[in-house]
This record gives sequence, C-alpha cells and structure tokens, in this order.
Amino acid sequence: MAVQDTAAQDALEAEERHLTEIIRVAVPERSIRADLRAVSIVWRRELIRFRTDRLRAVTSLVQPVLFLFVLGTGLSRLASRGLPVGVDFRTFIYPGVLAMSVLFTAIFSAASIVWDREFGFLREMLVAPVRRWAIVVGKCLGGATVATFQGLIFLALAGVAHVPYNPVLLLTLVGELILLSFTLTAFGVMMAARIKQIQAFMALTQLFILPLFFLSGALYPLNGLPVWLTVLTRIDPLTYAVYPMRHAVFEHLSISPLARQALSPSVTWFGWPVPVGLSLAIVAAMGLMMLAIAIAEFRKTE
Amino acid sequence: MTPAISVSELTKKYGEIEAVRGIDFEVAAGETFGFLGPNGAGKSTTIKILCTLADPTSGTARVAGHDVVRERDTVRRNIGLVFQDTTLDSYLTGEQNLRFHADLYGVPKAAFAPRLRQVLEMVGLWDRRGSAVSTYSGGMQRRLEIARGLLHAPRVLFLDEPTVGLDPQTRVSIWEYINELKKREDITIFLTTHYMDEAENCDRIAIIDHGKIVARDTPEALKASIGKDRVQISTADDQAAIRALREVFGIEAGLHEGLVTFSVESGEHFVPQLFARMPVAIKSVSVSRPSLDDVFMSYTGKTIRDAEATIGDRNRMIATRFGRR
Repeated sequence: MAVQDTAAQDALEAEERHLTEIIRVAVPERSIRADLRAVSIVWRRELIRFRTDRLRAVTSLVQPVLFLFVLGTGLSRLASRGLPVGVDFRTFIYPGVLAMSVLFTAIFSAASIVWDREFGFLREMLVAPVRRWAIVVGKCLGGATVATFQGLIFLALAGVAHVPYNPVLLLTLVGELILLSFTLTAFGVMMAARIKQIQAFMALTQLFILPLFFLSGALYPLNGLPVWLTVLTRIDPLTYAVYPMRHAVFEHLSISPLARQALSPSVTWFGWPVPVGLSLAIVAAMGLMMLAIAIAEFRKTE
Repeated sequence: MTPAISVSELTKKYGEIEAVRGIDFEVAAGETFGFLGPNGAGKSTTIKILCTLADPTSGTARVAGHDVVRERDTVRRNIGLVFQDTTLDSYLTGEQNLRFHADLYGVPKAAFAPRLRQVLEMVGLWDRRGSAVSTYSGGMQRRLEIARGLLHAPRVLFLDEPTVGLDPQTRVSIWEYINELKKREDITIFLTTHYMDEAENCDRIAIIDHGKIVARDTPEALKASIGKDRVQISTADDQAAIRALREVFGIEAGLHEGLVTFSVESGEHFVPQLFARMPVAIKSVSVSRPSLDDVFMSYTGKTIRDAEATIGDRNRMIATRFGRR
C-alpha cells in the first residue's frame, strides 16, 4: 500500500516538474536555412487556406468556363467564317482562357496580403526574425502554386475544346502556367505592398484585369490589327504569356501551316518575330522585377 | 546584469506630430514593468520602437542588451509580442498558428512538440488546439496569442494592452494567466495599459502623458507620494460648490467625470465638517484612498478618462495619416 503511494507521489512530482520546468528553446542565429524554413511555412499556409476554402476554387473556375463555353460557343458560328475548316473557335480561344483561369486566382491570392494586413496577421510575419524576402517569396510561391492548381483543373477540360491530350503539350502548358502564375502573383503582391485597403485593392485589380486580358490576344489573333491596338497589345505583358501557350497548342493540332500562321502568328516588334523563348523570358523577367519591387516595399520600416 | 530594456532620450515624430518626446527608463531582468497612460499618450509607439517595428527619430533603445535599430534581428529573436489587435490567422487552428510561429522563429523541431504542449496547457487551450481560431472567443484568442508570444521562450514579453476589448471577467482571467506565467517562466514583461487596476499588477510603472514620462516608481510608492484621500461630491450646483470650497475651506476643487473632486489629508474627518459648513446642498459623497488614478491626476492634472476625451482627436489624426502596417 505504502509502496503504491510513493509511486503515485513520484508520478505526481514528475508531472509537476513537467509543468514547471521551462522547456529551453534556443532560437538559432539567422541563417539561410531559417529563411528557407520561413519561405516554406508561408507557402504551406497558402495551401492550407486554399484547401479549406473549396468555394474559392469553384468560383474561380466559373469565369473561364463561361468564357470558353458560353462566349466561345455563342461566337463560334459567327467566327467560323474566318476560321479554316476543322478549327473550332473554342480551340482558338482555349489557350487565352487558360491564361485567364490563373489570372484571377493569382491576383486574388495576392489579395490575401491585404486581408492579412487588415486582420493583423501580416504583423506576426513582419516582426519575425527572418528576412522580408523570405515572406514575400513564400507568398508568391504559395499564390503561384494555388493558381497553377486552378489552371490544372481547367487544363483537364482541354478535350472539350478539341485540344489534344498530348503529354508533351500538357507538360509545356503546365510549365507555362507555373511561370505565368508566378508573375501574376508577384504583380498582385507588389500592388498589395502599397495598397492598404481591400476595397481599393479589389477596385484597382478589376481595373487592370480586363484590359490585360482583352489586350493579350486571348480572344483574337494579333496580326492585321490597327496600329493603336497593335501597340497596346505589345505593351501588355500578358501577351507574352498567351502567345507561347497558343503556339504550343497549335503545334499539336493537325492543320495546314498556312492556317497555323493565320491563327497563331508570332508576336512581332516592328516586323521582327519574337521567339517563344524570349517571350517566356520577358514574362519571367517581369515577374522577378515585380518581386524585387515587392520585397523592397516590404523592407521599409516606419 | 544587463537590464532587459534600457531607453535613453527616445523620440518619435510622425511628420509634425511628436508621439514620443524624449523618454528614458530602464527595466530590470525579471521585472514586470507597466506603461500607464491614456490612449494616444505614446505607449504603442514606444512598444513599436522596442519591437523594431518603427525606427526612433532620435535617442536609443536596447532590448535584451541589443540595439533595436542596429541589431534588429537579435532583438527580434529575444522578444515575444502580443499586440493590441489580434494577429492570428482565424482560418488556421490554434496549433497551426503556433506551428507557423515556430517555423518563422526557427524553434528547433525537437523542442516544438513539448513546448507547444507546455504553453497551450499554461493558457488552458491544449484541448482546443485542433479547432479553427475563428471558433475561439475573444478571451481564448488573447490567451492563444500569449501562448504564441511565449512559444520561442523569449527573454522579454511585450503585451500591448493585453486586455483591451475584453469583458471584465475575461480581463481578470487573462491576468491570472499572466501572473501564472510570471511564476513559471524566467521572463521580463513589458506591458502597456490604460486601466489603472491592471497597472497595480506591475512591479514598477511609468506614467506617460503626451509622449513624456511624468512619473516612474512602484505602484505603492507612487500612491504613497500622493498621501491624500480623494473626495468626490455630487451637488445641486457644482460651480457654487467649487466656489464655496475655495472660500470656506481654502481647497481647490475641479470637475471630473461630472463630480466635484478634490484631495484632502484625511477624508473621513473632513466629511462631517463639509456637511456642517457647506452652503450648497450635497447629494452624495465618496471618499477614496489614493489610487493610481489619483497619482495620474496629481501628475497630469486630469483623470485618465478626461485625458482620453481630449486626446481622441489627435489620436485619430495619427491613425488616418499613418495607416497601420
């Protein structure tokens, strides 16, 4: 009996010790590994939030689906007169609408920074002993991943638009989606660094999104346009993302070279055709530039 | 032993507005130090500077032995923060919020699980760790923030208005947790408050008004320095009463919170005289021992509630001109 009591007493004391002893946590010196760990957790938080927010995944699909099936089908009878035999209007606009499917998600993921600011969570990140770039990069990667995922769902619908499920084509498109998602998120994050109110952010992005989309040649070929429109389309960064995607799709359609040339013309600068590689490099460079601006913006202290 | 916090000739200007106007103080390791003052007195600005969220305009501040401007990251590793407004992600669970924090602060992976349990048990949230923060009450959220602020075992914990916006019962329970953690953790606590009763929990306090420290000592010493009782009376004609007090008793009284207020050496002996000699009808009378409110009043000439009424406009101006970051 007495032995049992002592045992119980010991257990109790051990429990007491467990509660009273401070568990020593030595926060290590700052290192690149610590920064990468920060990038990773900021990135993972975006994924956790996306997973818990299924409604967002569904609603962001609505717009591209409307464009492809409602607008695409409605216009296809009218547009078919200008299209070579065997090419569906929906096939033509598919790459552009695919780009659009990540456009909204990417920019609205960046809006979460504005929300974070509004709800205070941004401050939790900004006072941490990590470099600011780690937080901004984590955000951009998170938004890019979520947007790419959204694009992948839309990519699954390729067959409906008569785009073949060719592995090389799909891989090319996925790669291009990742790049585009990253650049668009960086654009959103850069805006979010300056704009502190969610209403202002939404209003401004709405102001940008449609012109970006309409001027990108997502819905029409970029040749034979009036000069003013030609100039505007060449300024639109989204043009340089839509062009490689359409180029990839049309490479994998069995149509005549003439038809390919008419529907998927190269982007030209004063008559010089911009290579696909350069076009993608422009998108990447824009993304990195905006990322750099966003980081500089978040580095500022009061 | 190096002080946990030492501040010297610190100022902070936002454009034309001087939020902090040259303050000096030191906080010893292990101490609980309170910054008491009305809203807009410069408390939050000071905390922002100490937490490296804002740069001082001039002067220096050292936290845990490190300069807040030149050794910003070292300071950040050594401090825990609980802000006035919540900074939790309400979509994540309590545990996910703490895991996020652990990764940002580089808490060693092996130490995380036991430490998580320890801090969550300390604030009584261990059983709720798997629920989304959006399902927590205001008091639970504040407790979770305190747990998070402690997770990386900081040397100094900053609590900016830890109980603001909470109901009185929850405020009491938050203080129970804070007093508990003072016992268990080897930590210095720096807190701001505009509640007099909360300042009583501190080892030492500094009274700050209009960006300047006007008094600095233990709550007991500050109260003792006043030495007088406070009498508040409600009368039929307040102006006549103030006049009568001056003429009959030679006492300067003021109108605070709608009551004629003055200080006398010994309140309970004064009241009978008051009734006997006062020409104005008295409706009610209250006598109180010196409180921190009186201390505040004796140093600033107003009660903390008076101060908040006048400071409101200035504060709003700062808020609109310098949006939150």
